[in-house]
Amino acid sequence: MNKVLLVVKREYLTRVRNKTFILSTVLTPLFFIALIGVSTYFSHNNSEELKVAVYDQSGLFASRLKSSPNIHYTTVPQNIYDSFVLKKPVEAYNGLLYIPNINVDTPIGIEYLSEKQLGVFSQDKVNSDLNDVLEQERMIRANIDTARLSEIRRNSVSLSQKIIGEGRNGEADAGISAAIASISALLIYMLMFIYGAMVMRGVMEEKVNRVAELIVSSVKPFQLMMGKILGIGAVGLTQFLIWIILFVVGSSVVSSSLSDGQIHTLVNSSENLNNAQMISGVISDINSHLNVPLLIGAFVFYFIFGYLFYAALFAAVGSAVNEDPQDAQSMMFPITIPIIFSIVIMTRVIGDPTGSLGVWCSIIPFTSPIIMMARLPFGFPGTVTVWELVLSILSLIIGFLLTTWLSAKIYRTGILMYGKKPAWKDLIRWAFRK
Amino acid sequence: MAHLLELRNIRKYFESQRAVDDISFSIDPGSIFGLLGPNGAGKTTLLRIITGIFFEDSGEILLNGHRFDVTADLSMIGYMPEEKGLYKKMKVGEQAMYFAQLKGLSYAQASEKVRYWFDRLEMNSWWNKKVEDLSKGMHQKLQFIITVQHDPKLIILDEPFSGLDPVNANVIKDEIFALAKKGNTIIFSTHRMEQVEEICDHIILVNQGKKLLDGTVDNVKQQFKENLYRVEMNADHALPTETEIYKIINDENGVVVFRLKEGNTANIALNYLLQQNVTLRSFQEVLPSLNEIFIRLVDSTPTARPFQTL
Repeated sequence: MNKVLLVVKREYLTRVRNKTFILSTVLTPLFFIALIGVSTYFSHNNSEELKVAVYDQSGLFASRLKSSPNIHYTTVPQNIYDSFVLKKPVEAYNGLLYIPNINVDTPIGIEYLSEKQLGVFSQDKVNSDLNDVLEQERMIRANIDTARLSEIRRNSVSLSQKIIGEGRNGEADAGISAAIASISALLIYMLMFIYGAMVMRGVMEEKVNRVAELIVSSVKPFQLMMGKILGIGAVGLTQFLIWIILFVVGSSVVSSSLSDGQIHTLVNSSENLNNAQMISGVISDINSHLNVPLLIGAFVFYFIFGYLFYAALFAAVGSAVNEDPQDAQSMMFPITIPIIFSIVIMTRVIGDPTGSLGVWCSIIPFTSPIIMMARLPFGFPGTVTVWELVLSILSLIIGFLLTTWLSAKIYRTGILMYGKKPAWKDLIRWAFRK
Repeated sequence: MAHLLELRNIRKYFESQRAVDDISFSIDPGSIFGLLGPNGAGKTTLLRIITGIFFEDSGEILLNGHRFDVTADLSMIGYMPEEKGLYKKMKVGEQAMYFAQLKGLSYAQASEKVRYWFDRLEMNSWWNKKVEDLSKGMHQKLQFIITVQHDPKLIILDEPFSGLDPVNANVIKDEIFALAKKGNTIIFSTHRMEQVEEICDHIILVNQGKKLLDGTVDNVKQQFKENLYRVEMNADHALPTETEIYKIINDENGVVVFRLKEGNTANIALNYLLQQNVTLRSFQEVLPSLNEIFIRLVDSTPTARPFQTL
């Protein structure tokens, strides 16, 4: 046991102290943040800067349409409208907003004339700008003070739901469950792949460096393999933990820096108020409807044992191949099939979490780490019964012991084999001989 | 004296060949034992069985008088495989520490031993370098340290001099002698016969999984001698090319090599020569070199094993 620990320590330390590990740990979240930031930036700011001519026959809008950095409204006389109608647009404007003499209660017939189509965001913006003016006008006519109204609106209630009865999900929760399900299933998928491949490369490294024989004269091949798998698993957990910490710290920093100024202004506009309401609703939904501790516990379990289950197989493959990375690719293929299959059927399982496909695949250890995580958010006990979960956990543990046992036999033959790449037939023979 | 290592009827068959086929031998403590054989003779398989990497199909291994137990006895063995490799990205000192601890030493013990050997082989300045920065000779020295640093009773060296320059080879050779003198037992596997003659006390020769030869270097040479004698003399008088005592095989500038005929001894031949009125300068028996014995024995069996299914 002591020797396994020594191997674990070496595998862990050499990886964690490596510059690539530190860089990838820090850069991966930064990369994602940058990706999200850039895409939001472009979707918001890249929307063309519009100069909109406004020809208003009703007289309701002209002076009240508020220009924003992206959309600039200018009231224009009829001759400009005429030239737009005659399909001779005026260079100075991107388009013309024509507002006929409308009734405040039935605002129909408003048109936007331009050569190019409006972007989705710009169209939304123009719509909401017009709506704001109409709303304001209606309030004035109903003798309501707009300032008071927004004061009243801010104290909105967010309704939290409690689902009673077993295995039944309200319409509102299904979306959240589905989101949580696919996120956690995809995460397990990624982690199994990344760290499984890392185990394989580690084993190959020992073969390529010709250090394997020296080590197995000091430790048993099984101890070496387990040490490697556990050490790299610990690296994975460390990396994951760092990401969680970075996420928590990062999000609290962002929210505290936003809290005073920006959120205030964000919440002021009625549209954003709705968004904020929705987000807080989602969060309270997650807390009230989903069994968060159970989900986290299950995630950790399925991550660890799913990783262990596949890591042993990856180690066996790594021991069988020689220097050629292409051999590794082709040998790896058969063991990646069930992982990829899980992801393929995941969407169906999320659509029908109690279907027999989902139930069976969440019990069979080859697919259970991903598929069970795709089903659990839909309710336990309920959508997933106690028996199914117990069976799934037991079969994954037994499966892990089995793959490790078989892989160890392939491994002890494979790491000392040089030369020709063995066929899968050979691996199976190594695994089952006495 | 009890044997340190004894192999009894060891067999190991693979799918395609009998890698080790009924081999027995024993090694005395403190001796340097040569395991010889051509490529593919089964040497590496035999060494892997002794180091617990492979299990024998049948037969028995006794280490220090009791049955070899992989879990308990691995720390008594130091093995330098023919495929020499270390973790390239690991630092030299750390690597030595890692392997010492894998052999069961505590951190403090390992540190003491590793430091001792690094001082001894003048490797201290390399402690914090990565293994990939080492020259081949340095790499081999580190490999040697890793093999012997935990003071194993049995040290197994598979081609320890391959790729070493004469200076470094001598450093390692001296260490091998010093270890044997201290009482460590050494198995030395090679197909370089001149090294064997210089270093080993006792040898066995294997080919095609079978033991062809077993004995001390002197015994083996005696066993394979061909009754050849070399005589140096002044070239003023020719000897008859064949008498009933000898037959001359080679005669060049007064250096004559002859084979003694059956029933004669060196003394009879010398007596005869003295009566021939020649001025002798030297008279000596010609013993075959291990290299000749090796080639003769291996040549008499097919060089490559036929691929056979059992």
